[in-house]
Amino acid sequence: MSAISRLKYGSPNRFEAFSWYFMRVSGAVLLLVAVLHLLIMHVWYGVDAIDYRFVVGRWASPLVQVYDLALLLFAITHGVNGTRWVIDDYIHSRGWNLTLKAALYVLTVIFILMGATVIFTFDPDTSTTALNTVAAVFAR
Amino acid sequence: MRVTLRIKRFNPERDEKQHWEEHEVDVEPNDQLLDALNKVKWYDDGSLTYRRSCAHGVCGSDAMVVNGRNRLACKVLMKDLGKKVTVEPIRGLPVIKDMVVDMEPFFARYRAVKPYLINDNEPPADRERLQSIEDRERFDDTTKCILCACCTTSCPSFWANGEYVGPAAIVQAHRFIFDSRDMAVHERLEIMNDTMGVWRCRTVFNCVECCPREIDITRAIGEVKKAILNGGVGG
Repeated sequence: MSAISRLKYGSPNRFEAFSWYFMRVSGAVLLLVAVLHLLIMHVWYGVDAIDYRFVVGRWASPLVQVYDLALLLFAITHGVNGTRWVIDDYIHSRGWNLTLKAALYVLTVIFILMGATVIFTFDPDTSTTALNTVAAVFAR
Repeated sequence: MRVTLRIKRFNPERDEKQHWEEHEVDVEPNDQLLDALNKVKWYDDGSLTYRRSCAHGVCGSDAMVVNGRNRLACKVLMKDLGKKVTVEPIRGLPVIKDMVVDMEPFFARYRAVKPYLINDNEPPADRERLQSIEDRERFDDTTKCILCACCTTSCPSFWANGEYVGPAAIVQAHRFIFDSRDMAVHERLEIMNDTMGVWRCRTVFNCVECCPREIDITRAIGEVKKAILNGGVGG
């Protein structure tokens, strides 16, 4: 028997099963949440109504904050898990595989923290100042 | 009718890499592609090499890429292929010569799923292990596999990562996992529950499109995934 004849598969670890199930559930949730977001913002209110004041008013509501956090979490984790699959499919060198996945997870944490920070600590006054500063730079 | 066969050739004693060769042959519309290849081999170039045995779509020897799709040369008729037909070896396995590939990696994956009935109980003394029609029906589709490797070698996941167990082996596992007489369901599900097992399937459906036995392979793979998630095959 050659070495290849003794191929062994199997794992008692259910992580991959969970990951597969999660992709289906998060995909369905994203479809609902993203389409609803699109309908509310672009059909119900319309793009003409969306300006800075509109966004400030919107983010004052805890319901919108939770909604946007759900959109952020599901979109990032769904996308990251898909990218992990692509890396596992195509990057066979163990070193590169681990490096890329580590970078992916670090980016995931950074993006989730950045998004969540903006959603929950958004302060219209500070932001107005920042906006004016940026506007002033471009106005020069 | 006269057709041109564009064949991907490789002779390890002569060639450094694969190259295309063209042969013109006269065929009847109802001839199989295998008949056309035989004409090339018998009357034109005896060095053309391919596997064939039953010539009736049962042995699964003559899988090849025909006009870009995995087919059995004996199950496809010349009238359905056009005037110019390209023929290549199946992809993802090492080419030995012309259409002949090394099938050992494929069969190693087949063996890895334990493709045989496991039941340590003493069988009835006077008869075989009986099974209801409904229980037999449960895995009927996956009993049709002839191990031609069309599915596994059409699968992008297998091309990208040769460690993947591949659709054919999962079909074989399905055949026993859903057999009410088999006692090793959990052992088999554990084999399938591997990063390189059933979870590498990305539901591309290439396997379903090319299976010469028309097995609903992606559905079978989905059923195995669900069984792993549910911790068994259930009622």
